[in-house]
Amino acid sequence: MTAYIIRRLFATIPVMVVVALFVFLLLHLTPGDPAAIIAGDDATPVEIEGVRRRLGLDRPIWEQFGIYAWGLLQGDLGTSIFSNLPVTTLVAQRLEPTVVLALSTLLVAVICAIPLGVVAAWKARTFIDRIVMGFSVLGFAVPVFLVGYVLIYIFSIELRWLPVQGYRPLAQGIDQTFRSVVLPAVALGTTYMALIARITRASMLEVLSEDYIRTAHAKGVTTKSVLLRHALKNAAVPIVTVIGLGMAALISGVVITETVFNIPGLGRLTVDAILKRDYPIIQGLIIIFAGTKVLINLMIDISYTFFDPRIRY
Amino acid sequence: MATTTAGAAAPRVRSRKGPIAWVRRNPTITVGAAILLVLVVLAAIAPMIAEDPLSFEPSNRLKRPSETFWFGTDQFGRDVYSRVVYGTRISLAVGISVAVVATFVGLVIGVLCGFYKRVDAIVMRIMDGLMSIPSILLAIALITLMKASLTIVIIAISIPEIPRVVRLVRSVVLSVREMPYIEAAVAAGTRNLVIMYRHILPNTLAPLIVQATYVCASAILTEAGLSFLGAGTPPEIPSWGNIISLGRTFFQISPWIIFFPGVCLAITVLAINLVGDGLRDTLDPRIARRM
Repeated sequence: MTAYIIRRLFATIPVMVVVALFVFLLLHLTPGDPAAIIAGDDATPVEIEGVRRRLGLDRPIWEQFGIYAWGLLQGDLGTSIFSNLPVTTLVAQRLEPTVVLALSTLLVAVICAIPLGVVAAWKARTFIDRIVMGFSVLGFAVPVFLVGYVLIYIFSIELRWLPVQGYRPLAQGIDQTFRSVVLPAVALGTTYMALIARITRASMLEVLSEDYIRTAHAKGVTTKSVLLRHALKNAAVPIVTVIGLGMAALISGVVITETVFNIPGLGRLTVDAILKRDYPIIQGLIIIFAGTKVLINLMIDISYTFFDPRIRY
Repeated sequence: MATTTAGAAAPRVRSRKGPIAWVRRNPTITVGAAILLVLVVLAAIAPMIAEDPLSFEPSNRLKRPSETFWFGTDQFGRDVYSRVVYGTRISLAVGISVAVVATFVGLVIGVLCGFYKRVDAIVMRIMDGLMSIPSILLAIALITLMKASLTIVIIAISIPEIPRVVRLVRSVVLSVREMPYIEAAVAAGTRNLVIMYRHILPNTLAPLIVQATYVCASAILTEAGLSFLGAGTPPEIPSWGNIISLGRTFFQISPWIIFFPGVCLAITVLAINLVGDGLRDTLDPRIARRM
């Protein structure tokens, strides 16, 4: 097992090298002068030269990549062009809201979607099943920002139950944080819920047709126990896979959700960087998000052994 | 008795081949395609049914939806309905272009990867890397480095979609390559290009068409997301994402600016997904049974 994890960790190295190489080359291979574009439309030639030097674009390309890669290995993600602060510092400042939002979304989605999927499979081809599946088809289509704004409109503006926008850090009390993060988590979780509910249903349906389920029913095991203990556990592997893949896909939604709800997390850092064309920040965020995604995939693979002891590495 | 029943049933089976029967058997495709058709028509006749999306009337700022302004007006007094109708053009154009570009490039790379092992080893590592980058961030990075335009947006959204298509095509090619008829073709001295074109390509078609619809839907959502974040279509173009992005500031007093384009977006994506689901069920019954 340990050997497997170590082997898998090594296997992530080429992926991350490709990611680093890609974000690096992007800066060099895009047509046009990146320095001029980053400096903005009304920049003077002196300013453009300044940006060029700051990004190291005036040096030979191999030397630049050497410097960049060496920095990455030491945990240096570069320096913001505008604030002059290291990207790692900026990321650390904005990390909490994003992590809290992502984990709450995961929690909300899993808690809602798995029961929905189980019930849909149990009551397959009935009215309930149709509703759940209808919701899941809809969930894939409705954009995060529409759900977000509708939720704000209903719960914050009309009913005044929850704060309109913004984020309360955990240091101010977990109940305040919860209140500020519940709507964003639901908005961001919609698509995710649809995805998990759908795969739960499909996976459960497959397991429910197995012989041992009939045996369990026959020997008088309660329906609840059959569904949860016999079926769900055996249906878990694909569900966990999708939860993990969805978690990785959430990252894109985080950026939009944080903008809708005015949450000062990594997503907002991204948006601010877009507006200022602060490429080093975007570059750094890509490395961080890609690394997270790779680690999540690794965690999914490891979790298989837990849900299905037949799988051994 | 039995024979007469069979004899009576046979012509009925044949008569079920009419268009109405087809619709009844494929309700999802029909509904999806019908909505899409309406949208395409709306996009095509936009100048006839909508005012100039850029014309503004400051005295009509932030008007509620009414008989004159079906979807209300924005902070510049522009008619949201006209802007939404014109936005249909942008969304459909982006969706279809990305689907075509990503599918075509992905198909070529995928077939080559499945066919040549040496290409495969290198290219798939690159694809793994690309796939681990969240698609919206990849697009944002590209757009930050280039002057905003619709073409750049289409390219930026296509690139992260390509690896998914490549994986799909490659997996099909890998399984087809082991088939006896490919072996026969090789033995008969058929050139590689002909094998790829005549024997392998047709097999990738069905899953590829299904994948293309999903790429199209996700591209429309991504374009809206990018424009919403200010990293998409240039702000002067009335795309749905841009309309929503502008409506952000005035959301609390005039939610309609966001609501209507948002709903149109959802309907469009829903329609495309329905067509995709329907096509998947018809073209690839194996997956359909599992879902």
